[in-house]
Amino acid sequence: MKYLHNIGTYFIMIKDIFRRPTKWSVMKPLILKDIDDLIIGSLGIVAFISFFVGGVVAIQTSLNMTSPLMPKYLVGFATRQSIILEFAPTFISIIMAGKVGSFITSSIGTMRVTEQIDALEVMGINAINYLVFPKFIALTLYPFVISIAMFLGILGGLMACVYGGYGTMEDYVEGVQLDFIPFHFIYAFIKTFVFAFLLATIPSYYGYFMEGGALEVGKASTTSFVWTSVMIILVNFLLTSILLG
Amino acid sequence: MIEVKDLKKSFGDTQILKGITTSFEKGKTNLVIGQSGSGKTVFLKCLLGLFEYESGSISYEGKNFSKLSRNEKTNLRSEMGMVFQGSALFDSMTIAENVMFPLRMFTKQSKSEMEDRVDEVLKRVNLDDAHKKMPSEASGGMQKRVAIARAIVNRPKYLFCDEPNSGLDPKTAIVIDNLIQEITDEFNITTVVNTHDMNSVMEIGEKIVFLKNGLLEWEGSSETIFRTDNEAVTNFVYSSELFRKVRKMYLEESE
Repeated sequence: MKYLHNIGTYFIMIKDIFRRPTKWSVMKPLILKDIDDLIIGSLGIVAFISFFVGGVVAIQTSLNMTSPLMPKYLVGFATRQSIILEFAPTFISIIMAGKVGSFITSSIGTMRVTEQIDALEVMGINAINYLVFPKFIALTLYPFVISIAMFLGILGGLMACVYGGYGTMEDYVEGVQLDFIPFHFIYAFIKTFVFAFLLATIPSYYGYFMEGGALEVGKASTTSFVWTSVMIILVNFLLTSILLG
Repeated sequence: MIEVKDLKKSFGDTQILKGITTSFEKGKTNLVIGQSGSGKTVFLKCLLGLFEYESGSISYEGKNFSKLSRNEKTNLRSEMGMVFQGSALFDSMTIAENVMFPLRMFTKQSKSEMEDRVDEVLKRVNLDDAHKKMPSEASGGMQKRVAIARAIVNRPKYLFCDEPNSGLDPKTAIVIDNLIQEITDEFNITTVVNTHDMNSVMEIGEKIVFLKNGLLEWEGSSETIFRTDNEAVTNFVYSSELFRKVRKMYLEESE
């Protein structure tokens, strides 16, 4: 029953995000601040992880290609497929559920604990629109982050492959260009948009509806990370079955 | 004027408010007192519409709050100012931005008009030079004054304060009490203050409502509270030796 109640409350919250909108002059700086906090602020860690994981994928692929019949360009091909189809959209989103999701839950949760949300409601402001809508809009730029993750992942693979002595640049680039299917990009960005929606709304839900004090803010952040990750994995499975199955 | 009739509110199986009937007049500082857990904060949050109640009614100038449309409720809320127990200042904004917030949300004033109004109210609460400070840089007393400034900046008809003196030293508490009293008189607004600070009761209680276990136990003023023989009130208000002596002196003088 509790799960049903939570799901119902979540969907009511989604509806409330778009009701009684806050004045544009107030909303605009909130959106810009959230773009800075959620998107720009995540670029460093996303770039770092993508570059090195791309490198690891290239090295692992190369080390597992023990048969001399397997062409060298397969390293580039496997790295591209891994990065574009799964690593960038899905695993970066799990990392973002930890970084961005915890930030969203704890910042909204702290506002709940310190009665700042009550203060908004007393003023007659739709607090859900005021707090969640800017995050929702900021995360529509999330595909930009994933594009960078894709680029740097493939670049990291190239660097590891060439400078680690696992293959030549020509082989790697040939593999990256081999059998390129544009729909894979579309599939990856459809997933990215859906994950962005989950990243904006699930942590906001856990922050907004939390009860208690500082300890509960921490617990809510953890719960939000767990459920955002679970939903990303489940939705990933569903979308992959529908779009590629 | 705010009229409350037979207000009942429960959380799960626990009934917090068990049928409260009272009224708060315009231009008066109304105090709601009672021990911790007596239902004061729940009562205040019901008045503000933050909690829905099971039965009874709350009317603002004769209009039943629960029967108002969403827009009417929004309009009414824009006429309310609230000072929360922990001040509830927006910690991502400066003090001036906090005070300006209701103006940005609800008025079409130009930036210079809003800045003038912010200067005016910050001056009114004796915070002329705190505009650029962040709430975290302000003391507890300053935060309370900023919260009062934010509550009155949009010229509300109703001012609600939840334990405005909690965590403050006695001198600062008196400053806050006097400020609330002066603002109530100056702007002729209906003020409701939740408190268990007995200094406030003696100083600014034009009307006092005493709650006990979710029921209205006693109503009166800072004058009549000295004479009451209600055991629950006397046990609560005169629990300290100092206040018992004050009461004794008051009664002896008035005889």
